[in-house]
Amino acid sequence: MSGTITIDQKQLPINGEDNLLELIRKASVDLPAFCYHFELSDFGACRMCIVEEEKMGFIASCSTPPADGMVIRTTTPRLQRMRRTILELLLADHDRDCTICERSGQCRLQELTLRFGIDNIRFGKDIEALPRDELSASLVRDPNKCVLCGNCVRNCSEIQGIGVLDFAYRGARVRVMPAFGKSLAEVECVGCGQCIQACPTAALTIKFEIDSVWAALSDPHKRVIVQTAPAVRVALGEEFAGKAGAISTGKMVAALRRLGFHEVYDTCFAADLTAMEETAEFLHRFEKGENLPQFTSCCPAWVKYAEHFHSELLDQLSTCRSPHQMLGALLKKFYAREQGLSPQDIFVVSVMPCTAKKFEAKRPEFTTEGSPDVDAVISTHELARMIREMGIVFEELEDDSYDLPFGFASGAGTIFGYSGGVSTAVIRTAIYKLSGKRPAVDFAFTPVEGFPNVNETIVPVGDGAIRIATVHTLGAAKKLIAALRTGELSYHLVEVMACPGGCISGGGQPLISDAQARHERAQGMRGADKLQQIRAPQDNLFIKEVYQRWLEQPGSDVAHRTLHTGYTSRRRVFGQFIPVVAAERPVVDIKVCVGTSCHLRGSYGVIQELAALIEKQQLTDRVNLEATFCLEQCDRGPSVVIDGHLLEGVSEERLPAIFEEMVVKNLV
Amino acid sequence: MIRSSIELNRLQALYADALSRQRPRILVCAGTGCIASGALEVFSAITTLVKERGDPVDVELLAEDPDRHGIGVVITGCRGLCVQGPLVETQPDNLLYVKVKVSDTPDIVEATIAGETVERLLYEKDGRRYPNARDIPFYRYQKPLTLANCGHINAESLPECITRGGYQGLAKALTMTPAQVIDMIEGSGLRGRGGAGFPTGRKWRSCSVQPEEIKYIVCNGDEGDPGAFMNRSLLEADPHRVLEGMLIGAYAIGARQGYIYVRAEYPLAVTRLRRAINDAKQEGLIGDGILGSDFSCQIDIAEGAGAFVCGEETAMMAAMAGRRGMPRRRPPFPAISGLLGKPTIINNVETLAHVPGIILNGIDWFRSFGTPTNPGTKTFALAGKVNNTGLVEIPLGLTIRELIFDIGGGIEGGKAFKAVQIGGPSGGCLPETHLDYGIDYESLTSAGAIMGSGGLVVLNEDDCMVETARYFMKFTQNESCGKCVPCREGTKRMLEILTRITTGYGREEDIDLLEEVAATVKDGSLCALGKTAPNPVLTTLRYFRDEYIAHICERKCPARVCPPLISYYIVPDKCKACMICLRKCPVEAITGGKKEVHVIDQDKCDRCGVCLSVCPEKFGAVECIPGRLNNGGEK
Repeated sequence: MSGTITIDQKQLPINGEDNLLELIRKASVDLPAFCYHFELSDFGACRMCIVEEEKMGFIASCSTPPADGMVIRTTTPRLQRMRRTILELLLADHDRDCTICERSGQCRLQELTLRFGIDNIRFGKDIEALPRDELSASLVRDPNKCVLCGNCVRNCSEIQGIGVLDFAYRGARVRVMPAFGKSLAEVECVGCGQCIQACPTAALTIKFEIDSVWAALSDPHKRVIVQTAPAVRVALGEEFAGKAGAISTGKMVAALRRLGFHEVYDTCFAADLTAMEETAEFLHRFEKGENLPQFTSCCPAWVKYAEHFHSELLDQLSTCRSPHQMLGALLKKFYAREQGLSPQDIFVVSVMPCTAKKFEAKRPEFTTEGSPDVDAVISTHELARMIREMGIVFEELEDDSYDLPFGFASGAGTIFGYSGGVSTAVIRTAIYKLSGKRPAVDFAFTPVEGFPNVNETIVPVGDGAIRIATVHTLGAAKKLIAALRTGELSYHLVEVMACPGGCISGGGQPLISDAQARHERAQGMRGADKLQQIRAPQDNLFIKEVYQRWLEQPGSDVAHRTLHTGYTSRRRVFGQFIPVVAAERPVVDIKVCVGTSCHLRGSYGVIQELAALIEKQQLTDRVNLEATFCLEQCDRGPSVVIDGHLLEGVSEERLPAIFEEMVVKNLV
Repeated sequence: MIRSSIELNRLQALYADALSRQRPRILVCAGTGCIASGALEVFSAITTLVKERGDPVDVELLAEDPDRHGIGVVITGCRGLCVQGPLVETQPDNLLYVKVKVSDTPDIVEATIAGETVERLLYEKDGRRYPNARDIPFYRYQKPLTLANCGHINAESLPECITRGGYQGLAKALTMTPAQVIDMIEGSGLRGRGGAGFPTGRKWRSCSVQPEEIKYIVCNGDEGDPGAFMNRSLLEADPHRVLEGMLIGAYAIGARQGYIYVRAEYPLAVTRLRRAINDAKQEGLIGDGILGSDFSCQIDIAEGAGAFVCGEETAMMAAMAGRRGMPRRRPPFPAISGLLGKPTIINNVETLAHVPGIILNGIDWFRSFGTPTNPGTKTFALAGKVNNTGLVEIPLGLTIRELIFDIGGGIEGGKAFKAVQIGGPSGGCLPETHLDYGIDYESLTSAGAIMGSGGLVVLNEDDCMVETARYFMKFTQNESCGKCVPCREGTKRMLEILTRITTGYGREEDIDLLEEVAATVKDGSLCALGKTAPNPVLTTLRYFRDEYIAHICERKCPARVCPPLISYYIVPDKCKACMICLRKCPVEAITGGKKEVHVIDQDKCDRCGVCLSVCPEKFGAVECIPGRLNNGGEK
């Protein structure tokens, strides 16, 4: 659309803007809105951005495309009254305890309330508070703070392709919630925290772990070690009025020391280690031609996503733990012992741009002698909170540097924080491994047509080539995976980052309101890479030392035990069983699927028959019978599992024989 | 299979002949109203009685054997005069019997076979008996176009439908070009009967010019207004007319697939539709190469899950696509990007039911009903305090007075008319001064109401206008999808204020606040549900402001409806100290004794009204008065 449009008596050219709101904001009018988000589809629900058009009357500017000749007024007495009433209506329904609100000072509702000078709510207050969902390791959902703008709903479905949240109920009872009002911990939420970034209020916030960190810092028996992720350094400054993308590594390290951390390390070091391991793993698979394309595994949101939705790809995921878990494992498994400490004596804190890492750190497989390899994960935002609480004037800090040995990194480790970084690191390592040369310039990634957020590069090796793709956002990954399946696209290595642009836009980062900050943070990362004296992981002397002292070589058995992991399908989120016969001293365990397909094939009859058999043979104290949902054999049901043995197509007629064979005989 | 219009004509003649041999023919109305008053029992009683004289025959049977004669007992859809149900009509004499009980059935069967009349069962008004339905005032002023077959045919019989010209409109349309069909609909001036009154032809044209290969036609049968049952009755009584309208529409715009979105709470309509679709498919009237042409179209049913907002077309399409029924902005209009992103025409049941008639009888015929800007007829569901509650179809332009007093038979119990609520929860309450307004889209809108889909509730002196507004606001608030703030929060707060007023806690500033919020909801809401939600409040404020003021400032409900704003009082002179009310009072608020005049303790009284209802009529000692009394009788 081209032409001109009149906004508050000012003529403006239309330059391909999707909607009037964009154009109006270009005219230096900060039109208020809750549900408008720069990278989501228009929704038109909050009605704050309504303007008056000469012929059309009241129109929502966020969802109306500009047309030649429109005459817009952005502020009229009726519009002012409407916006004030809408705000008052929202506030009437809102938990207005701003003083103790996490988002205070950064809340859109609070900001607009001040801007419009609302000082009196003429409507009644809802007394009943809705329960907060605090079960997720990554985020907290507080429906009392929700303005129902739907940004989280659209973000989760449009950007991440998941759709964990949606609207439920009608009228004044409408809520945003996961299916059936479950907790985020019980559904396929990957914990990426992008909904936090999209939320204009405190309805979705980071699950804070600050308290446990303060407790460790004040515990004289703990040695508290902190590591900071690559993307933290280009965003932390924003919390202290710094520019997006400005590198504040030195001040950050100084602040961490002031906070009382005993040792301050750089996760970029661990990223170098990841690059070494992942390259070794990749070259092995590449040579053998198995489990390709290899998918990267440093993004915990992506890993959880794959476990939920693509269990068929789990063999293709790199087995490498994410960098901060590698460092955690090194610290707990080797470093502690060398220092004469037990794993419990040291407390490892990861400062991450990420909320999904909070979940990752709590995975039971990432522990050493019962102690978590990473004890606490705090986000960039939480670190800023700690710095402020301590009264540290961040801007005035003298630069400080990381401790050694785990505080030195190559440029490759540094760039893990944005989309394409991991791949570049792997390429640098692989080329050196294959040719012994260090490429002067990095391979450029080019966009793949028809696949937004997907870039590719081809690295020639010998007679062949390694085809590498990077993708950011899970929605784009979903599309890429579908294309890989059909053969439309084909790669050897695929790097997946769940957040837009990579970790720089992680759910734990300072809030951003436009794409510009994202761009600047990525620029900052590239700058940090260039500042490093060495660019490739294998040149990091401290990495070499780690292998010499503890890990032998990339891909060795010990490296595998320490730095690698495995994955399990989470297709069924919660294995909740419904007890039918609850034995006191169970010897045999029977589970019967009551999923839709099995139910239609008669699994209820099977349960009843089994219960009758147990009763008849007086085995109620020794045979446990439970109903369960989906055993994934939908076309061959009813499915029954007896002591781990899966039986398909179990009919009531067959049951007595099966029961005799597999239950009664086992009891004798 | 009916492979050509010639074949259709042949069948029409064949079935008409068969029908003429079904003599006598006894039609039992089995609309929901009649069923509720016992029509099915009446039907089975009549069937049993007829069977004693030989099996009843149906049209198909008679068509097979040209020499056969016999009695027919037929179940029909609603024939409108629900208040007089169960209704039984006998042919050939077209006698209408009202309020028929099972015990009346032997007389009816006897008389019908003997060619006589059961006088006592005829409709009676003002001392006059009306043997023939056509002469009853309720029917006399009506012009049944879409309802032409309702109550006259077996709703489940395609042959009976064909005898009355069913699918002839389609046959004619198929001889025209799609553009000619659209020209004709546009020329007829038909406007959408769902409420907004958008010209149907123009809608079709904008869809027909879309170059897309796949298009859809959707019939909106998500009638959800409280008290409205026009679409349900039509679908139950004459489903083929709607299917025919859809097929013509599909032909005109180039769609090969149609969907009827009908509420799952209308099980009978769904069943009848399903049957009708199957029958039409069997006869090749739906499917490939319809009537020997190269036009193919399928029609399927999409059952709605009972959300009022899904009557809004964009919400409906979302629901049909399996998503949450929430409206989206327009444009793009469905005619350009609708169901699954394809050009889609969504027409109301009644709109589509008009189409076959227009095609068959022409523009001038259609325009001979109604007014120049509002041609044709419109159905209404008459409800509330009117004598003849039921389903009516009137030419547009008829005045509200004619509708309520001539057709509706005036106000129940001879009480005073107070207001008429037109257009359901989106409509408005119009007072007596508006009785001579013509019923057309523009007049109603200018008065603050809307045509709506045809819900019409008559209110009398016993109705409180604030309570009425509150009732509708509660409905809209419950049914708001909750997407946009003005509708979700605004209706909630308007309901809060209205509840406050009706429970005696109204504040002086409440009227201003109501108007302020109403303006925001009206101007700011995303879809028509929100934009029209304040109408009941705004019209009652406009025409019955005094009642609001009485509630708030005088703490008085003039209509004596809102319990916290009324009092019960025992007139000492009339009280015979009979102890009845004293014993029945659930909160023991009445004192007195034998030979001792009873008195209500106003502090204890919770104004349930039991005392008034139990006080013997001959005493009439208990009165309900507006406002709150203090103990001692002062106000």
